[in-house]
Amino acid sequence: MIQVKNISKSFSGVEILKDISFEFEKGKTNLIIGKSGSGKSVLTKCIVGLFEPDIGEVYYNDRNFLKLKPKEKKEVRKEMGMLFQGSALFDSFSVEENVAFPLRMFTQMTNAEISERVNFCLQRVDIINKNSLYPSELSGGMQKRVAIARAISMQPKYLFCDEPNSGLDPVTAILIDELIKEITVEYQMTTIVITHDMNSVLEIGDNILFIDNGVKKWQGNKDEILNVKVKELYDFVYVSKFLKKMKS
Amino acid sequence: MIKSFGKYVLMLYYIFLKPEKLSVYWKRFLDEIIQLGVKSLFIVSLMSAFMGAVLVIQTATAIESAWIPDYTVGFTVKQSMLLEFCPTIISLILAGKVGSNIASELGTMKVTEQIDALEVMGVNSIGFLIGPKIIASLFIFPIVIMYSIFFGFLGGGLVCYFTEIIPVKQYILGIRAFSEDNFIFIRYALTKTIVFAFLITSISSYFGYYLKGGALEVGKASTNAVVYSSIFILFANYILTQLMLI
Repeated sequence: MIQVKNISKSFSGVEILKDISFEFEKGKTNLIIGKSGSGKSVLTKCIVGLFEPDIGEVYYNDRNFLKLKPKEKKEVRKEMGMLFQGSALFDSFSVEENVAFPLRMFTQMTNAEISERVNFCLQRVDIINKNSLYPSELSGGMQKRVAIARAISMQPKYLFCDEPNSGLDPVTAILIDELIKEITVEYQMTTIVITHDMNSVLEIGDNILFIDNGVKKWQGNKDEILNVKVKELYDFVYVSKFLKKMKS
Repeated sequence: MIKSFGKYVLMLYYIFLKPEKLSVYWKRFLDEIIQLGVKSLFIVSLMSAFMGAVLVIQTATAIESAWIPDYTVGFTVKQSMLLEFCPTIISLILAGKVGSNIASELGTMKVTEQIDALEVMGVNSIGFLIGPKIIASLFIFPIVIMYSIFFGFLGGGLVCYFTEIIPVKQYILGIRAFSEDNFIFIRYALTKTIVFAFLITSISSYFGYYLKGGALEVGKASTNAVVYSSIFILFANYILTQLMLI
């Protein structure tokens, strides 16, 4: 479980996040939703430690991440996996080398054990016989799958996904969503997904945090979101005339 | 300016933190030797050979006099190549080739969040990406420069052989003349090269690693890397010459 308490963050005097508190639950896909520029990515970067919040605390299973020593932080980081918006696969590494990278870096596994684990992770995300290809030779959907394989290779406790289905067609997007949902339940991870895609919200939103202009405006789940009364969220959910007509 | 220098010093500090796993860093070190050194050999040998050839022609035509022995041409080529052309001019060329390559590689990694990915994994991204580049350049650049000196002499020798501007024997005699100071000159050339190698890789890495923005900034970072590396090479060249030759 990850707890975020009273997080605020400013850049050059502009407040991006304002006093956000939330609890991300284990074994569930926790969604952070909101318009572009609402502060979703900044919040996630504060949680994983890429940004340091001005005020507030982040707890990973009761460990106050921001108060940990660098060595202890590194240990927590080994329990994290992250899927970036653009996949962030290493261009100069093949698919196999990308997935094997954290294993080579942080474990004492032999080459045979690493190879076995890599193949297992790649098969889990339905990437077969592509080990020697480079990221530039893969489609966007495949790159996302390989990035998921890399993220789960160390069997993380916490998985972060930054707009996992951006730039993908609706069918592939749903497949990626389903994959994230499956592995979350399978490995009992605390998964946090940043998205503004309503299909994802309705598909995998077990626990949802809605942010508007850096302020927490609503929390709930996918069943509750369709009957929401908060104006900002209502406008976000029922953005198209079609959906508004359906609702009425 | 002070903030940038502080960031640069901090970057150097992170490079020398204990590596997560030596075997992975060793592999990167070997890769960087190929990337920074071996892949530069063709352009270095080509430039050096032509520099040597042109120097022979220029020197031979400039000192056409019965009072000056022919071997002076070979001696002038040796001194020029050893003291200035190979360590400094080739380093400036490497600043263009290797420096822009490093800045654009790291800049692209920054823009595409590959550096963030390393950080989230708990990898010291500066140590992992920049450290092997600096250490590899300190190791391979002196070898590249020795190679360049050889090709410079060879280029000059080939011109003598094909044009007979001076006899090859006289050219070789000039190259071998007054060899008692050779050690001092080679030490000077290699010291300069090591300092230039450090400047090229660290300055270029700084511009690439701390890039902010998108693809457009990658191009700007590459240009800045080359410009600043070249400026600092020229300053260092002057200071080292003052310190070591006077």
